[in-house]
Amino acid sequence: MIRFLAGRTVQAASVLLLMSFVIYGLMGLMPGDPIDLMISADPKMTSEDAVRLRKLYGLDQPITERYANWLAAAVGGDLGYSRLYAKPVLDVLFPALGNTVRLLAISFLLSLAIALPMGILAAMRPYSRFDYSVNLAAFAGISVPSFWLALILIIVFSVTFNLLPAGGTGTLSEGGIWETARYLVLPVANLVIVSVGGHTRYTRAAMIEALRQDYIRTARAKGAGPARVVLKHALRNAMIPVVTIIALDFGMLFSGALITETIFASPGMGKLIFDAIMGSDFNLALVGLLFATTLTLVGNLLADIAYARLDPRISYR
Amino acid sequence: MLRLWTAASILLLGLCAAAPLQAAEDSKDELVIGIAQFPSTFQPNIDPSLAKTYVLAMTRRPFTIYDKNWKLVCMLCTQLPTIENGLAKPEKTPEGKRGIAVTYTIRGDATWGDTVPVTTRDVLFTWKVGRHPKSGVGNMEFYRSLYKIDVRDERTFTLHFDKLTFEYNAINDFNLLPAHLEETPFESGPAEYKNRTTFDGDTTNEGLYFGPYLISAVEPGAHMVLEPNPTWWGPKPHFRRIVVRVIGNTAALEANLLSGSIDMISGELGLTMDQALTFEKRHGHKFRILYKPGLVYEHVDFNLDNPLLKDVRVRRALILGLDREAIVSQLFANRQPVAHTSVNPLDWVYSDEVPKYPFDPWEAKRLLAEAGWTVMRRGIRHDKAGRPLKIEIMTTAGNRARELVEQVLQSYWKRIGVDVRIKNQPARVFFGQTVTERKFCCMAMYAWASTPENVPRTVLHSAHIPHEGNNFAGQNYTGYKNAEMDDLIEMIEVELDKETRLGMWHRLQEIYATDLPSIPLYFRATPFVLPKWLEGVEPTGHQYPSTYWIENWRPGKR
Repeated sequence: MIRFLAGRTVQAASVLLLMSFVIYGLMGLMPGDPIDLMISADPKMTSEDAVRLRKLYGLDQPITERYANWLAAAVGGDLGYSRLYAKPVLDVLFPALGNTVRLLAISFLLSLAIALPMGILAAMRPYSRFDYSVNLAAFAGISVPSFWLALILIIVFSVTFNLLPAGGTGTLSEGGIWETARYLVLPVANLVIVSVGGHTRYTRAAMIEALRQDYIRTARAKGAGPARVVLKHALRNAMIPVVTIIALDFGMLFSGALITETIFASPGMGKLIFDAIMGSDFNLALVGLLFATTLTLVGNLLADIAYARLDPRISYR
Repeated sequence: MLRLWTAASILLLGLCAAAPLQAAEDSKDELVIGIAQFPSTFQPNIDPSLAKTYVLAMTRRPFTIYDKNWKLVCMLCTQLPTIENGLAKPEKTPEGKRGIAVTYTIRGDATWGDTVPVTTRDVLFTWKVGRHPKSGVGNMEFYRSLYKIDVRDERTFTLHFDKLTFEYNAINDFNLLPAHLEETPFESGPAEYKNRTTFDGDTTNEGLYFGPYLISAVEPGAHMVLEPNPTWWGPKPHFRRIVVRVIGNTAALEANLLSGSIDMISGELGLTMDQALTFEKRHGHKFRILYKPGLVYEHVDFNLDNPLLKDVRVRRALILGLDREAIVSQLFANRQPVAHTSVNPLDWVYSDEVPKYPFDPWEAKRLLAEAGWTVMRRGIRHDKAGRPLKIEIMTTAGNRARELVEQVLQSYWKRIGVDVRIKNQPARVFFGQTVTERKFCCMAMYAWASTPENVPRTVLHSAHIPHEGNNFAGQNYTGYKNAEMDDLIEMIEVELDKETRLGMWHRLQEIYATDLPSIPLYFRATPFVLPKWLEGVEPTGHQYPSTYWIENWRPGKR
């Protein structure tokens, strides 16, 4: 196992290095730079000013040189400053990460709390009315565009009934946890509705497949009760594909949900990374994306470890 | 599982039933403003942005500013210096150039929020930062021109400029920095100052501000909270708290307004004109909607290097083929005035005596025929060699209003036999390369933002045509060259006599309308969506937002 973990760590480091180069290169290929954006905001800025600022921000150097400088500093622990927020990158990243994790972790857990029982129950009675209802609801959730759903939720719960805030995070001097929770209801509902369908469908499909296996028939023949058959024998085996999906979603927990964050004015990672890319904030965009990549890799690693726990036939050497 | 669900349901119901949102009308001592962007840095002289100006306008005041009537007035100074009142005196610079010495006095009651007086020490420090090439200040032209400051006393100082222009007393962008807070981060390394400034490291430090409000809390990307500044010298502002909430999506901005989460949508950074008109149709009775035509000039630039568009007859035919009055009336409910030149009718230098191009498709067709586009095939004009009259128009993809106008232009031009193809690009590409490097083949539709009596040097002077040789510096994207226009620009800048200058401005507009380097479309208006109870908001129409007069905002009669 230790050798396996060491191998995966080296692999992850290589992926991150490659990713950092690709992201930096792609951002460098985008037309315009931060100074062009400044000029568009201040038409009186002269070409001499533009040259001076490009030099000051290091934008006059070739992209490879800039990348090499960034990498050397990053390896030394200096991730640089965010140009957009004029603060150290991590000072900008962590509050956004906190908001994103809070929003997406609640949504993720709620989504699983709904999807797993629904998927299991639907699989236990395939092609029944209940199964059709679950499928219908799942497809509706998958199909609905999240921006549209977000606006509908705002119109119904904020505009029409005036029950919940339409967006934002609550101002700091107000209300404490209770107030924070009220601001989270609509974005969480939005994310749960759009993600629960997919999780339900995966769980149902995996459970149907598992329930058809010979060992299930054997368990039943040995007199195991329905609950034991489903929860102990079928669910454990059905969880392997579901864990893969969950592991992929784990990375998303930290990379944010751009549309939901934008519409509900929740300052999370998705919006932060998007703004950083559009604003040519290389340091912030790069570190944000690498952070999300790292956590996706960690999620996959955890999934691999979970496979071994779920299926004794899988082992890592 | 059942227990879990019961608990979750109770929690959700509890959250929904918790004190319904207070409508702002019930607590009129708080105002929540919705804007679409979050400022980047809060340092006033680095990285300019409208979002930053909008917020800082409530917390700081410039020495001089254009008011809602576009007249230059004092804010932080006691008297506007002029040559007539003797506070401005033309002089020779040490190099023998024509310069001017301008004397200002800081208001005696002006203090920073931490009670430290605003003094000439701050003036000198701001000048020092502005002149330092590594400080990160964007536009250094002002600081380059300001070659000396004489300090008379704690409050009075004289600025010496190395050129004498008609704007000699406008120091609107000389944003004071608090020396007592900013000296240390600056002196410890000017190149790192932009990253160490107190404005970003300790944004809620009251010593950074001297306006009616102080920034008391900031949630990056989400909101800023402002509270009254006890040391403010002017009329006491009404609101106990102002929250500026950032909502990037305009549909969500509208929904937040309707739900009462925000009280108003800023005109400067809120809805576009088409969104505001739609909103007004549906909810106009609940709000007060103001439209202020401003200095944002929407136009279509021609690439004058294109042989087809070099012919002024073709350019005139293209403008004559458009019913711009109908476009403004149908798409913008006449809220945005048709432009005849780049000068706004609200500007005192505006001239109405310029060649105008009312909708005249017959004259347009005649001009095209005269230019050699005589043969009609499948509704498109061709020249004698069989080449079709085919032109490309570009604008920013995703800008709904522009895309709509572009389609209308296309249909008008088709009627006079011009095949116009639309090729739009994301704003980042369009402004990052296509326009700035003059890579558009034919026409580019976008807007210029300017100031009152803004001399169009960078836009119309032939020395400002961007090309590879000058590293694409300049904003004369059409490639327009006219010696008389160049001379007029040079002369207007240094002409102090208003009457003489006015004559020059009229001639400049006449040349512009005759040569037509661009098709003037309209001047954009900014829509302010305000609650009916709010009074005192006066849109300016120029780059200095309405929040510079925040102390006048207060609830009125219902």
